[in-house]
Amino acid sequence: MNNVLFDIVFKRLVMGIFILFGVSLLITLGVEALAGDVCSAMLGQAAEPSTVAACQAKLGLNDPMHVRYWHWLVNVIQGDFGTSLANNREVAEQIGKRLGNTLYLAGTTALFAVPIGILLGVIAALYRNSAIDYTISATTLTTISSPEFFLAYVLMAIFAVNLGWLPAISNVSSSMSFLERLEVSALPVATLTLITVAHMMRMTRASIVSLLASPYIEMAKLKGLTPGRIIVKHALPNAWSPIIQVVVLNLAYMIVGVVVIEVVFVYPGLGALIVDAVLNRDLPVIQGTAMVFATAYVVLFMLADVLSMLANPRLRHRR
Amino acid sequence: MKFLTGIWDDLNLSARIGLGIVTFFATFAIFAPWLAPYSESEIVGDVWEPLFGEFFFGTDQIGRDLLSRLIYGARNTMALAIVSTTVSFTAGAVLGFVAATMGGRVDQFLSRIVDVCISIPTLIASLIILSAVGTATSTLILVIGIIYALPVFRIARAVAMDIEVMDYVEAARLRGEGLWWLMSKEILPNAMTPLAAEFGVRFCFVFLLIASLSFLGLGLQPPLADWGAMVRGNADGIAWGFMHPIIPAACIALLTVGINLLIDRWVHKASGLRDDQ
Repeated sequence: MNNVLFDIVFKRLVMGIFILFGVSLLITLGVEALAGDVCSAMLGQAAEPSTVAACQAKLGLNDPMHVRYWHWLVNVIQGDFGTSLANNREVAEQIGKRLGNTLYLAGTTALFAVPIGILLGVIAALYRNSAIDYTISATTLTTISSPEFFLAYVLMAIFAVNLGWLPAISNVSSSMSFLERLEVSALPVATLTLITVAHMMRMTRASIVSLLASPYIEMAKLKGLTPGRIIVKHALPNAWSPIIQVVVLNLAYMIVGVVVIEVVFVYPGLGALIVDAVLNRDLPVIQGTAMVFATAYVVLFMLADVLSMLANPRLRHRR
Repeated sequence: MKFLTGIWDDLNLSARIGLGIVTFFATFAIFAPWLAPYSESEIVGDVWEPLFGEFFFGTDQIGRDLLSRLIYGARNTMALAIVSTTVSFTAGAVLGFVAATMGGRVDQFLSRIVDVCISIPTLIASLIILSAVGTATSTLILVIGIIYALPVFRIARAVAMDIEVMDYVEAARLRGEGLWWLMSKEILPNAMTPLAAEFGVRFCFVFLLIASLSFLGLGLQPPLADWGAMVRGNADGIAWGFMHPIIPAACIALLTVGINLLIDRWVHKASGLRDDQ
């Protein structure tokens, strides 16, 4: 039985590596279209043609594309993402620092969001079609449907501007203590938590409710078990697999969803880095950051599949 | 008229609220030039005039009437979202149907490409592409259309796969009908309901993506009014206690909630679930 499981996990891994390879190719192709006039964009309209040519030679833009892709790939595997065009700093070093900040944001959010989301989902399923359920559903629908920056600005207007409890700008730095860090990043964490809780709660509720029509739940009901016991003991174990999927997919969403939130709160994370790089047309930084985002995404999706298989014995066997 | 009242009776309370919200914004979008007090680029007053004063929603960061820009923004943003969603559905559905009907190598080829492309997060992909090809309105539509064609491809393929094994498709095949006939006359009519429900869901995603992109400065370019860009443009005001950026953001939120309320009912109907579930 474990061999089957190992087999599937291994296959997913190989596919993941294959996908990452494809993604890197796509990103390079996309960035390639940019490369054409990056030198003239950087040096301005009035630049001498010879200066532009020198700049192109320096960046290796005269090599054919497949050569450049090969160089880039070999360097990336060795952990070298090149140097930023805008400030000549190592891209890997910049990404490393920013990645830590983004992971801190995502990790802190997950710490709050996962338990709250699942708990609310179970409560909503338990008291479905009651006032509690409607209130939870309406609130989460609003948070899901609204753009991230709406929630972010509303929270900022209330807690930073009107009440003055929290800073509006989350300028974290490595010299801060844990508590200082928590205070400074409280607003972005709160925004992200609201959004992810909403997703997780809705999926938890949906996957429990969809099980409630099953014959074995009917049986449990006829045996006279209490609704709470039916949901926690009978429905929840079967709902774990979709719930785990949602939790991990939300983590993936969070890694990417931070882009807008980081821009709103001027938080020094990966999202803000890629937006700045896009506006400056800073190729190596775009390429490197996009690759990190895509990797996080692919790995988390893979994790979601594998974990939900582990949680559901029936998925371990092929039909 | 009877048809319309029939639809109305079919909606529950939340769907009616949704319909009301959508109709409200659609009216403003369609009749923008007649309803807006000023034009979208006209500077009419001082910077950030207060709300509900001389100007209903005050003025924006360079003194343009916020209400007029909201009304024109409704028109621009909604039109962009509708066109982009249509592009993504046309491309995604056609390719999905082709993959399902032809099967074999074609299916494998298309599906693997989509598998790879779909694992680049939407916002990141659009950031990269748009920074490369620029933000002319037509490229914006094309890029968003292509990016969202990927999930549509998957859904259209899955739906068409179920239909493709039906006897009547088999019969048409044996009659010697071509690919186009199979797709348009046999599969499409039967795939319409799930795809229509999906259209609404995707429209919301596209709408939010456009809002995020223009918030990041890569959407419709000024002086065209656009809700996302208006939030960003007015954002500095919040530090001074001006609530102006919240208004366009709230419009985006309200409209998406409205569409979602309406779509929920629609998806519910399409999936054939009982009301008590």
